[in-house]
Amino acid sequence: MKRYLTFLWDCFRLSFVGDWRYHAWMTVLTVITLGGVYAWCQQLVHGLVTTGMTDQVSWGMYIANFTYLVGLAAAAAMLVIPVYVYRNLHLHDVVIFGELLAVSVILMCLLFVTVDLGRPDRFHHLLLRFNFPISMLTWDVIALNGYLLLNLHICGYLIYCAYCGRKPSKAFYIPFVFVAIAWAISIHTVTAFLYVGLGGRPFWNSAIIAPRFLASAFAAGPALIILTLQVVRRFTRHQVSDEALFTLRRIVQVAMLINLFLLLCELFTEFYADTRHVASIRYLFFGLGEHRALVPWIWTALAMNVVATTLFMLPASRALKTLNLACVLAIVGIWIEKGMGLIVPAFVPSPLGEVVEYRPTLHETMVCFGIWAFGLLVYTILVRVSVPVLAGEVTYARRWGAHPKAESSSLVSASQPEPKL
Amino acid sequence: MADVNPVANHSQPPPGEAGVSRRQFLGQGAAVAAGLSALAAAMSPLRHLSDDDLPSVEEFLQKHYKEMTPADKERALERIREQVKKRYGVDAKVSDPPPLDGVEFVYGLNISRCIGCRKCVHACVAENNQSRSPEIQYIRVLEMEKGSIDLETANHHYDPDQVPRPDKWYMPVQCHQCANPPCVKVCPVEATWQEPDGITVIDYDWCIGCRYCEAACPYFARRFNFTRPEIPKDEINPNMSYLSNRPRSKGVMEKCTFCLHRTRVGQLPACLEVCPTGSRKFGNVLDPNSEVHYILKNKRVFVLKADVGTLPRFFYYFDERGSRYHEPITPDTKGKELKEGA
Repeated sequence: MKRYLTFLWDCFRLSFVGDWRYHAWMTVLTVITLGGVYAWCQQLVHGLVTTGMTDQVSWGMYIANFTYLVGLAAAAAMLVIPVYVYRNLHLHDVVIFGELLAVSVILMCLLFVTVDLGRPDRFHHLLLRFNFPISMLTWDVIALNGYLLLNLHICGYLIYCAYCGRKPSKAFYIPFVFVAIAWAISIHTVTAFLYVGLGGRPFWNSAIIAPRFLASAFAAGPALIILTLQVVRRFTRHQVSDEALFTLRRIVQVAMLINLFLLLCELFTEFYADTRHVASIRYLFFGLGEHRALVPWIWTALAMNVVATTLFMLPASRALKTLNLACVLAIVGIWIEKGMGLIVPAFVPSPLGEVVEYRPTLHETMVCFGIWAFGLLVYTILVRVSVPVLAGEVTYARRWGAHPKAESSSLVSASQPEPKL
Repeated sequence: MADVNPVANHSQPPPGEAGVSRRQFLGQGAAVAAGLSALAAAMSPLRHLSDDDLPSVEEFLQKHYKEMTPADKERALERIREQVKKRYGVDAKVSDPPPLDGVEFVYGLNISRCIGCRKCVHACVAENNQSRSPEIQYIRVLEMEKGSIDLETANHHYDPDQVPRPDKWYMPVQCHQCANPPCVKVCPVEATWQEPDGITVIDYDWCIGCRYCEAACPYFARRFNFTRPEIPKDEINPNMSYLSNRPRSKGVMEKCTFCLHRTRVGQLPACLEVCPTGSRKFGNVLDPNSEVHYILKNKRVFVLKADVGTLPRFFYYFDERGSRYHEPITPDTKGKELKEGA
């Protein structure tokens, strides 16, 4: 127990150690986070009127970001499956970064749901009357928190073992790894079912949403990991082989193709049949009358996804620069498509045919940036702490024998500026 | 694991250069102070939270409506009375009328007669203590093109000098009190449910404001309090009940309850009473002598969006020979009855 507390204390201290770039990066993130806290506090005082949401469009950026981030959490599973199911050794050393990413991303998801609540002070009502299994939202609460705990356990256990200088016992984490793979699929499915289960929203009420969701998640997640691993490689002494990146590239290739194919299926069904239910998707792609707020966004997203898919397919993306470009395009394209493009059109037109457009306000944008900054902050700390610990530079045995030295040696492996998305 | 060196717990830097460590200490202290004050600044808007926004201990510990004992309920009603008194200076009668045995309420709306005067909308707002700013209305009257029942061509914001306009017909929509309500299904905390008399209600003290029910409703029947509702003191309706028209707080959902504080004690809904054309019919469908029973049996009846399978208790019907009241209603007579009634 004492050793565990010491471990936590060391991790805490380690997260403050770094060169000026590390400190500058962390300061910027903290400032943006505090900006988000400020905006949220104002929202608590005045209510959700500070957002652009209305009775017609009752979910907006918060839920859009939530949906997208649930997808990103898949990154972990996409690293874990090759390593533990197919024994791919290239990814073995980097799988922990995927799991750490999952931890920070799920934290962001939970925050996005919390800021969307009108009465966060009544959060405990969830514990007192949990409408399980009828409400899909309760399934999502279980899925997300379960996934968070699983990943926390796996990462925490491995890092703690490295800290204690002992070999991790397989029985303590391998079963959890396999549960986490199934769980990763479940968080997407359950989150998709949140929307799919609503008969009154034809835009969502389609069986293809869950598979599309998985496909885009399995593209955006590993794409983000490709970028992250290069940052880790650049700023720490952790070894990341090019083969690891190219393995991920193959995964993204396939996922992007499936994603585009499923999109095609959906577009065909909606536009060829041309029933009354086409209104929402028409609003998304072509606008309804003078209401065209989402049109430029979705075409940008589509263009990005097509270009990214093409780049991933071409041998040119074996060059890291092209690969990174393709990854950025895929990440942003899917963010638009799976975020605003999936949530907002379902509310336009309203069930009674009224067209009310949604425009996010500065307030909710600040809250969103705040949560993203907080997520990056958490992820930076997790990576910053885990790299030296896993490398055996900071261990329990060494901590008071060669304590100051360990501290200063880890200075070298300091800052991890993240790509700003 | 037991052989832990006690020194291990103390992670101060090694003794020696005290100057450096003091400077370090001061630097760290300054950083911590700066961080804390930045956090305090970021949270400063919270000082504007009013007492009403913060739940009292009693409110915080209040049980779900269905778990309350009669004594709990009485305490909750008393607390609401006090809050209304404090906020609006009104002595309210807050009750909790139970559903009646052998009663299932349904609502019929005669689209041959409705002239789109929106008196029902305003009577509803007055009766149910809805927010005047921002405006919350449970009833939405759609102006439809004759020859079409396409909701997407409906005009929600028609504002002519006179209604009805030629070539238009009118379709008021409010909560359909579905027998298979999607809004109830999705609520994660069971803050909304269907009562035995068919009315779907909300425990405003239990709702967490996630707005999932609003997304689930196919009839745009639910409303969210995006900010603190505002009602002028002299417009408060003091006849209140726990599950219907007591004042709501910000951040919770609300909706039409068929005026259950009236209808469960033998009165008619406010929207029906005010209707100048007699388009609105309400009653117990289980009673074979009721008007609604007769209409359902003999008239041409339809429900909105039958395809979504919600089984509404709100239905539309029309007269076989299409006459409707053609007494035009002009702006100066608009709302007159309402004022007289109040």
